[in-house]
Amino acid sequence: MKVLRDYVKSLFLLELMRGLGLTGRYLFKKKFTVQYPEERAPISPRFRGLHAQRRYASGEERCIACKLCEATCPALAITIEAKPREDGSRRTTRYDIDLFKCIFCGYCQESCPVDAIVETRHYEYHFENREDAIMTKEKLLAVGDKYEAQLAADIAAQARYR
Amino acid sequence: MSDDQMVTVEVDGRQLKAKAGTLLIEVTDAAGINIPRFCYHKKLSVSANCRMCLVEVAKVPKPLPACATPVNEGMQVFTRSPLALAAQKGTMEFLLINHPLDCPICDQGGECELQDVALGYGNDSSRFVEGKRVVPERDIGPLIATDFTRCIHCTRCVRFGAEIAGVRELGATGRGEHMEIGTYIEKSVDSELSGNIIDVCPVGSLTSKPYLYSARAWELVQREAVAAHDSVGSNLNLHVRRNRVMRVHPRDNEAVNECWISDRDRFSYEGLYSGERLLRPLLKKGNEWQEVEWQDALEAVAQGLKRARGTSGNRLGALLSGNSTLEELYLAQKLMRGLGSENIDYRLRQSDFRSTSATAPWLGQPIAALEALGAALLIGSNIRKDQPMLAHRVRKAALEGAEVTFLNPFEVDLNYRARHLVAAPSAMLGELAAVAKALGIKGKLVNGVEVSDAHKAVAESLKSAERSTVLLGNMATAHPDFSLLRSLASDIAEASGSILGFLPESANSVGAALSGALPGDGGSNAGEMLGNVHKGYLLLGVEPTKDSWNPAKAQATLQQAEFVVALNAFRDQGLEQVADVILPIAGYAETSGTFVNAQGDWQSFGGAVAPAGEARPAWKILRVLGNLLDLSGFDQVSSEEVLAELKATLGERKPDNGGVASGEEEIRLNGNGLVRVGDVPIYAADPLVRRAESLQRTKDAMAAGIYINAETAKTLGLAPGDFATALQEEGRSKLPVFIDATIPAGCARIPAALAGTETLGGQIDNLTLEKA
Repeated sequence: MKVLRDYVKSLFLLELMRGLGLTGRYLFKKKFTVQYPEERAPISPRFRGLHAQRRYASGEERCIACKLCEATCPALAITIEAKPREDGSRRTTRYDIDLFKCIFCGYCQESCPVDAIVETRHYEYHFENREDAIMTKEKLLAVGDKYEAQLAADIAAQARYR
Repeated sequence: MSDDQMVTVEVDGRQLKAKAGTLLIEVTDAAGINIPRFCYHKKLSVSANCRMCLVEVAKVPKPLPACATPVNEGMQVFTRSPLALAAQKGTMEFLLINHPLDCPICDQGGECELQDVALGYGNDSSRFVEGKRVVPERDIGPLIATDFTRCIHCTRCVRFGAEIAGVRELGATGRGEHMEIGTYIEKSVDSELSGNIIDVCPVGSLTSKPYLYSARAWELVQREAVAAHDSVGSNLNLHVRRNRVMRVHPRDNEAVNECWISDRDRFSYEGLYSGERLLRPLLKKGNEWQEVEWQDALEAVAQGLKRARGTSGNRLGALLSGNSTLEELYLAQKLMRGLGSENIDYRLRQSDFRSTSATAPWLGQPIAALEALGAALLIGSNIRKDQPMLAHRVRKAALEGAEVTFLNPFEVDLNYRARHLVAAPSAMLGELAAVAKALGIKGKLVNGVEVSDAHKAVAESLKSAERSTVLLGNMATAHPDFSLLRSLASDIAEASGSILGFLPESANSVGAALSGALPGDGGSNAGEMLGNVHKGYLLLGVEPTKDSWNPAKAQATLQQAEFVVALNAFRDQGLEQVADVILPIAGYAETSGTFVNAQGDWQSFGGAVAPAGEARPAWKILRVLGNLLDLSGFDQVSSEEVLAELKATLGERKPDNGGVASGEEEIRLNGNGLVRVGDVPIYAADPLVRRAESLQRTKDAMAAGIYINAETAKTLGLAPGDFATALQEEGRSKLPVFIDATIPAGCARIPAALAGTETLGGQIDNLTLEKA
């Protein structure tokens, strides 16, 4: 019985027709292709794009060199060196993220006790030289300064889930 | 231990046997049952003030602290019962009330006892809403960083100071929430063992200042090492990150350093990264130093040595440092002997070589045996600064009632009660002879000396004590009449039934003697090599202006030599004046090797980090030099192979305190005029520690100067703050005058190996002072 049914199905190309029917239905539906770069897809506040280091409103850098991000980074992309600053506070003297190694897992921002290292919504960047892929402390702080308003809003929006 | 003293206790259902009266926490620790604790430390007295180790004991209504509860027969203990856990959790909550949540910026984070225990016993949220206590930061010196806001008042540091370091520098003031640890008055913590309070502190209140904020515990890789500064050979754990030694911790070894180390061993690693570190071979061309390739440097050395040697190996001399490894010393002496020279020596701080044969002076007893002494006579030793961990053992004996006597050219600072026989260097011999006379010893040296009650008491203490020892220290070795002091000490030891011992100066002094780094038949000793010009010299780890008995003479002699090759880890001005080639060698922690300590332990270690720059381990350099000089037997590929060869050729040679008396009893140091006492301060002992920045900022890092008592100053017309010129034969130096009441009349203490003393003469020798 089953053999007979399968024979009829394949003879009249029923499966193929069903597939083509689906295609045909979508042909007349509303299109959802986004015309990047003229159009942008919506981005979640949890999006994990380019890294940034944030500052307090006073302008003081947030990072306290606790090195938790370095310890938690599964790709070993973060390298930190630290020593006391002149005022005696614990600060980094070097904070590098190697973007070639980074897998954008977001563990660094999860582990950060002071919300210093964060991942911005920014994902459109490129490098012209290999060494540009190393995000130094200066570069990270500059990114942070640029997107601070957005970052603060995103963190505030997510605060209740953390 | 007999069986009737043993009791059986039941802990969490396990039957444990222990000696009656043992503390419960010791029993559970031995059985591997974990009880949380903060104030208990196995080497410190019990204070039972943190209350973290509360456990339930059957038939006792309230929980008891395991650290202060002795075990009894049939005791039933529950460490994890609801009552015990409630007590421990309650204690934890109280401890966390005032402890700041600043773990991310605390250096203890990741290795913190409070953090660990809080994970197990703490609540996830705090019920405490009031403000937390804040204690202002205190500066207690260049080695230890403080943050007493984090303090949980376990008082381990206070007890360490009182019981181990022997100086009550830290203490607790106030009660309850107002209790604060501090130095009472504004001062620094200056003990030579102070670094250990970093280790005993369970939280981040006391942390290492040179290491401050530089690394995290989880980034560090631990490598075993042996300390390279004194003859104790303290066992160390080097904490390494990215090929750099970040800090040094003690490694427990009951027979050597227990669980402590001296500050010198702990903080000297900074020297490895000093700006003076030599990174590439240096060759003198004309009067200019040029960095050259290894190949060129080594060929220059081989040619230079060949040229200087000419037809007779006797024209060459080797001056080796006692801080070099056994392998380096062995290869250095093999190289020299291969070239036909018997002029090899490591005893650069000695001037009297009359009665010493090829023996290896050592402690004469195990280090731990010092604890059990009933009496000790230390001659010419500032043991507390020279061998801090040995001093700790002697102190333990003294606290148990041992009679300790010091015969020194100045009154050394001690942390226990001892008898001081203070005499100018020229009078030390007389004092020792008086002790000898009190013991009934006869001889030329003993004739005519007057015996006082003090001498009789010393003699009596040595004789009556069950275990006693006579020890010769660094200043005795440097004494111009060392051989006479040695023979008198030997006689005293024999007559009183004491053990004769030496307090070897360097990390590998004993090993150097065993490895054959001593002049052979007809060879010159260090004094002769630096007194009479030889054509060529090999210096290994030696900076002649700092590491020799008579720096002025040493420098002048080396300058006249035709060819000097120096193997050193650092650039040094004095060395650059005399050397023709300087080869960069790997420092301590960078090379594998073996040290033989005061009690004769052969302690081998591996290299923890790669040598800085192009520096290479000295044994490799010497091996290649052997090849370039066409000598046979220089084909070893590892330091282990060198060690195996050394053991095979020398056999199981044992250290030995026997010395052949020369029979000569002429007293070289006359008592006319002023005598210099040139002891080597603790942080000037070797090239590495001289460059350890933080140690050089401590109080123990003495300023070069002329230390005299007020009376001597008055007769010379000198006042404190004045500058005076010290004149010694060919040496002279202008130095500031300090008044020091511990210096006897007739002598001036001018410490050696400090900047400003390079141009002076003998460490203990005649001296003239002129007001400058």
